[in-house]
Amino acid sequence: MSVLVDHFDVFASGFWLTFQLCLLSAVGALLMGTLGAVMRISPVPPLRWVGTAYVTVFRNCPLTIVFFFAAFGLPSLGSNADFLKIPGLDSLFTRLGIDLPYFRFGIIALSLYTGAFVCEAIRSGINAVSPGQAEAARAIGLTFTQNLRFVVLPQAWKAAIVPLGSVIIAMIKNSALAGFFGVVGDLSNGAQNLTSALGEPIIPVFVGVSIGFLIMTAPLGLLLDRIERRRTVAR
Amino acid sequence: MKDQQTVLYDAPGPRARRITLIGSIVAVLLIIAGGYFLIYKPLDDKGQFSMDLWGPLIDPNNEVFPLVWERLGEGFKATLIAAALAIVSSLVMGTALAVLRIQLKSLVKRRYEDLATPLAYLLRGLNWFLSAVSRIFVEIFRGLPVVITIFFVASALPDLGVDLGDILWYLVIGLTLYNMVVIGEILRSGMEGLPGGQREAAEAMGLSPFQTTRMILLPQAFRIMLPALISQLVVVLKDTSLGFIISYEEVLKVSTQIIQALDDPNPIQTYTVVGTIYILVNYALSKLAEYVQRRLARGRKTRGLPIPEKPSAALIAEVEAGGRL
Repeated sequence: MSVLVDHFDVFASGFWLTFQLCLLSAVGALLMGTLGAVMRISPVPPLRWVGTAYVTVFRNCPLTIVFFFAAFGLPSLGSNADFLKIPGLDSLFTRLGIDLPYFRFGIIALSLYTGAFVCEAIRSGINAVSPGQAEAARAIGLTFTQNLRFVVLPQAWKAAIVPLGSVIIAMIKNSALAGFFGVVGDLSNGAQNLTSALGEPIIPVFVGVSIGFLIMTAPLGLLLDRIERRRTVAR
Repeated sequence: MKDQQTVLYDAPGPRARRITLIGSIVAVLLIIAGGYFLIYKPLDDKGQFSMDLWGPLIDPNNEVFPLVWERLGEGFKATLIAAALAIVSSLVMGTALAVLRIQLKSLVKRRYEDLATPLAYLLRGLNWFLSAVSRIFVEIFRGLPVVITIFFVASALPDLGVDLGDILWYLVIGLTLYNMVVIGEILRSGMEGLPGGQREAAEAMGLSPFQTTRMILLPQAFRIMLPALISQLVVVLKDTSLGFIISYEEVLKVSTQIIQALDDPNPIQTYTVVGTIYILVNYALSKLAEYVQRRLARGRKTRGLPIPEKPSAALIAEVEAGGRL
């Protein structure tokens, strides 16, 4: 177990980098998912088709392939994902601004993939609002936007929060894949280095990495369980 | 969805229809323009549409076409084998885990008042300990990334002196560890969600707790949770692609080898083809899950109907023909 103490900095910085990756990807996924959900319920058919196509493709495609496309497809499209070098943000999340693009590719892959599931979670939340609510809102003369903003979405949000949380937990776990696609120094890449390059014993490294991920996933999972239980009691 | 959507806005009148039409045309134009300038043009500029790159995959007259597809076929076979083994073993282990946890939960409540005090305390402590261990096991493997589990199973087992020979087994074990926990939780929540009367009635009939679980609760939980279980199949099939991390020769690993072996490496084209096949298979599976869910929902509606004292022969025939659930 001495590896946990000797290489504590590897685990700590790995945790920090994975945490950054997850935070940025979660924001990206929520944006993509909301956009997709809005498209899927919009009155304009082509937008609905695009939303549906997006969800179908990314829900059914293995994340590995999405990562392959992000890491090898984007460069051959001539993009280094420079649009993610947002001034201000990149001083906080230093990996965003560096020339090596794999951290940005990781964010793109995770956001796109998770966005499809976020979209489904939001949509299921909207579906959980009873049609009578929207009908009543329309009967008192609210427009489509007002209807969504004041009546449907506030209630949909409540129904969607538990599925959304599970999606984010899954995303945190999926972020481990980034370390196998060029991101240097996150938890999984750090673990690979420790075991293969430095020849450290495997089990302690595994324990360290597990703790790193469980710190992020376990409290979130417990929180969700609690919200869910309170919800069922309230009902 | 349809219901919800139609109540969000009024049935469009002539003006709204015109606006929708204009909006649709603008949206289509924007999508086409975006697709052309952001995707088609950069790809075309880099020559990604040339037959040199696509030929090996889609042109049967190409000299390497049969070879490429033979390898891809082997890759898909390996993927399906790993997925099938992982699904079967996670189903078996997951069911066992669910039953174990339900049993332990009811054992923890037992006070063993007929036994001598120290022995009773020992048994109660043991039950509590086992219940805690199973809970921790579930929480850990549910909270860990599958990639990490697979990676460490593949490196830790040989390190501990357990050599399974084929990489396939490491992948299957890694996938099983994660999915058995998920399936176990699905089934457990299914069993706990059943009306309490089911268990009480079974106990009143004199069934033992294990018999109650096996004969009464589990079959119903399986039926209710079938859609969730099928969705889990999609997850397993997708996760099989993680085998490339431990160099299991599944379809993605094979694609990478093909790409390297070709004279003109064509990563985008090959991954597009493989991704499309994945999407088609998984889409079919998720449609199946939806269908099953619809069937079950329809079955549930009839539950409230008065049941005839003795089912008529016609009814039995109908049930056996699978006409009505």
